[in-house]
Amino acid sequence: MQWNSLNEFLAMGGYGIYVWPSFGVTAVCMVWEVLALRRRHGAARAALVHPSGTMDVTS
Amino acid sequence: MKMERINWFQWSSPQALYPLAGKLIPWFAWWSAVCITAGLYMGLLVAPTDFQQGDSYRIIFVHVPAAWMSMFLYVVMAGWAAVGLGLKARPSFMMAQAIAPTGALFTFLALFTGAFWGKPTWGAWWVWDARLTSELILLFQYAGVMLLHASIDDLRRADRASAVLALVGVVNVPIIYFSVRWWNTLHQGASISMTAAPKMAATMLAAMGIMALGFWLYSAAVTLMRVRSIILERERHASWVQMERVS
Amino acid sequence: MMQMGMTGAVLSLVRRDLLLAWRRRADVATTLFFFVIVASLFPLGVGPEPAVLRTIAPGVLWIAALLSCLLSLGRLFAVDYQDGTLEHMLLAPQPLTALVFGKIAAHWLVAGLPVVALSPLIGLQFGLSGDAIVILSLSLLLGTPTLSLVGSIGAALTLGVRGSNLLSALLVLPLFVPVLIFGAGAVASSESGMGAEGHLSLLGACVVLAIPFAPWATAAALRIAVE
Repeated sequence: MQWNSLNEFLAMGGYGIYVWPSFGVTAVCMVWEVLALRRRHGAARAALVHPSGTMDVTS
Repeated sequence: MKMERINWFQWSSPQALYPLAGKLIPWFAWWSAVCITAGLYMGLLVAPTDFQQGDSYRIIFVHVPAAWMSMFLYVVMAGWAAVGLGLKARPSFMMAQAIAPTGALFTFLALFTGAFWGKPTWGAWWVWDARLTSELILLFQYAGVMLLHASIDDLRRADRASAVLALVGVVNVPIIYFSVRWWNTLHQGASISMTAAPKMAATMLAAMGIMALGFWLYSAAVTLMRVRSIILERERHASWVQMERVS
Repeated sequence: MMQMGMTGAVLSLVRRDLLLAWRRRADVATTLFFFVIVASLFPLGVGPEPAVLRTIAPGVLWIAALLSCLLSLGRLFAVDYQDGTLEHMLLAPQPLTALVFGKIAAHWLVAGLPVVALSPLIGLQFGLSGDAIVILSLSLLLGTPTLSLVGSIGAALTLGVRGSNLLSALLVLPLFVPVLIFGAGAVASSESGMGAEGHLSLLGACVVLAIPFAPWATAAALRIAVE
């Protein structure tokens, strides 16, 4: 383990303001993509149950 | 539905791809979660501080895998596009269409994390370095493929036109990279090198490799999720899809 | 086009396109005028400092050439698409790739060559030396064919699509990057004493690569668009 305390870990040797946004934005984007895709799949299935539903993707 | 023998043409229908993707997604998703967790643990907690760059170098544990995936996914997308054009197989086009947004996302992430690595390392958020510039142009190319697909109403034509564009782009990526690198060395001298850490400790390399593997598994899971949505949206009038809604 | 050989068919296609362009001289003039205006706006935006203008001149001229090429690419297949000539081309006994090459050649003669011819004049406006002007014109002469070739892919892919001109520009501009770099770099390189041969030969390599590849991709894109 590299770090002696949580504060030291968060400070990242003074580079915390660069390191954490990088990891944070990556995490947010990836989690958001998964959630958005689950929603899209749910909407696509819902449109099957109600074929005249709001989803209108011409095939 | 009978599946008696393994026949590759069996997969060449959306009807077969849909359940197959459904079976594969959990596998890819769990392993990607395992790899990314392990990679983060190694990268953030175990790997030693770099003696030149301090702890800012830890950004490369997301930056380098994201950059690799952005390029890899473009090639895979072009590969599916080529298969689609060659075999006239709709699922291949659907795979190509499903990969593009994830590839674009990783390209954006590579640029974003690259800027946050560049600021402490080079003292600037953006440098007209060959890799950064090529990555930016790669983002434009992803955007072009997606825009072209979205702009053509006839899906058959949209599939094939964006496949041609993806293939043209894959020829161009190396030429662009080479030209920008050449341009860059003429203008700045070789003063800036991305490989600022010549020798990386074994734990650093391992952490990066595991993160890259995790991102690869993530991309596979996400692409298959998207392709399932695409199949449902496009084929919703097909009889098998109507059966699906009961299950 | 009865029983005509491939070369004959391509040449007659070029002749036809040149004749059509001559009948629509205004279109050609618009493109050229656009090139001159874009280039002339830069000194007004950047300031009249001669040293600055000399430095940016190659890049400005090249970008103006890219934009004016894009402007004219919209017409490359659109007219033939509307009046049905394109379908005729697709059904012709000659290979479509060769016919497409003829269309591209005609486009370059109408839209590329005049820009090359005008470039020395704009170069003078920017205070370039005689040698720099020669190299700039040479780079445009070698590079603009690649613009027509690569641009034709975008024009074919977006044929008949809503907002096709803008979309085609978005698709094609990233692909123009190498040509821009080698073309605009040639002058800077010769000014700094390193010689322009490297840049010019790379521009030549781009054309040599684009000549077989681009018409083929364009032909594929046209088939997709018309089918």
